[in-house]
Amino acid sequence: MHEMALAQGVVRILEEQAAAQHYSRVRVVRLEIGPLATVEPQALRFCFDAATRGTIAENAALDIVETAAVAWCFACGESVIIKERSGTCPSCGSFQLQVTGGDELRIRELEVD
Amino acid sequence: MCGTCGCGDGETKIEAASVNGANGARHGDAHGDHDHDHDGHHHHDHTHSHAHEHTHENGVTHSHPHTHHHTHDHEHGEGHDHGEGDHHDHGHGHAHSHGGGDHHHEHGVEHDHSHSHGHGHSHEHDHKARVVKIEQDVLSKNDAFARENRARFARDGILALNLVSSPGSGKTTLLVGSIERLKADVPVAVIEGDQQTTNDAERIRATGAPAIQINTGKGCHLDAHMTGHAADHLAPGKGAVLFIENVGNLVCPAMFDLGEEARVVLCSVTEGEDKPLKYPDMFRTSHLMLITKVDLLPHLDFDVEALAANARAINPRIKILRVSAKTGEGMEAWAGWLRAQRTLALTGLETSGV
Repeated sequence: MHEMALAQGVVRILEEQAAAQHYSRVRVVRLEIGPLATVEPQALRFCFDAATRGTIAENAALDIVETAAVAWCFACGESVIIKERSGTCPSCGSFQLQVTGGDELRIRELEVD
Repeated sequence: MCGTCGCGDGETKIEAASVNGANGARHGDAHGDHDHDHDGHHHHDHTHSHAHEHTHENGVTHSHPHTHHHTHDHEHGEGHDHGEGDHHDHGHGHAHSHGGGDHHHEHGVEHDHSHSHGHGHSHEHDHKARVVKIEQDVLSKNDAFARENRARFARDGILALNLVSSPGSGKTTLLVGSIERLKADVPVAVIEGDQQTTNDAERIRATGAPAIQINTGKGCHLDAHMTGHAADHLAPGKGAVLFIENVGNLVCPAMFDLGEEARVVLCSVTEGEDKPLKYPDMFRTSHLMLITKVDLLPHLDFDVEALAANARAINPRIKILRVSAKTGEGMEAWAGWLRAQRTLALTGLETSGV
């Protein structure tokens, strides 16, 4: 259940940013999660509701933006979209992949008052 | 609230007791004046209280102590969306009715002022929330602490190792055997992470090595912040080997960099050969896999080669050693790996000119 830790990490960032960005209430948190981020979005949603209770983000909506997992295929010489870390190139079947993106776990933006 | 790990307030405890080994006199009660259970961790985003006075627009001036972490600005500069699409911003001050001067809300906690908006227009409109770009990694805090830890270990020539595994893979037994092999010429210190009990730290101290226990309470992993704090207490000497025994869990600790030099994953022969496939993130981020309890192999249908192949499928660079802390098999090879890593860490100490 590290999702609870992550949800609390999100809330802490929201509280830290409140003074700098001049808001007192968070309505929407837009979070980017990559398929390789080892985060279970459903578990994170559950924890987010619990972690935001009594904070400036109470009842805020969690908008999860799922990003793509991207790898560089040495055989094709181009970036390809992959499903999992230990997969093969979807276009040529090569194992020679270097994962370049998809482990994001980042707060992209907020809607605030 | 601690944002880095999963524990709630008051959950994580770093042992206040002496960290000395059975024969050690170092420290004594040096820490006796502050017991480090900190009510959770030691948060860097301090909420500090101090009193100050402020005047509300209704002319009520009052001073009251309050804890910070609030933006107390009553400025509504947001655009109102009027449906027809024309936005007009209007900053408006508004009167708070505080029910007289008897106003004792607790700051720092969200509080609702009931205030009447004196808008000069009566049509309905929705408040349109402002969008704020954040672009911040959720783990950025932990990663910053990990960088601090790593820099400090490098400066002091300390070899910090993060030991991870399922519960019961034999981490503590391995450590006891490792300390026995190293202690004659290598200073060793141990940070023990468990949800509850100081049993493991006590087992380590019985070897004479200093150890400190972190109880994570509801938390499922150690984080870089706790680790730095525990290292402060333990104060391993320059050139020491610092073992950090993580909470037995192959999932959550994978995400949390502690500032270690290398991650060592243990998999015992009483587990399944497919552990690396089931928990790929932990094996992918580990530098060395120790296959433990190999003395039990004659009694089991366990395919060591299959385990090794699975680990390499996930992480082609992973090094693999077979050990038994009970019979000593493979323990010299493991001690040799430790000494080699330590030599590299000491090189850092020499080049930093300390």
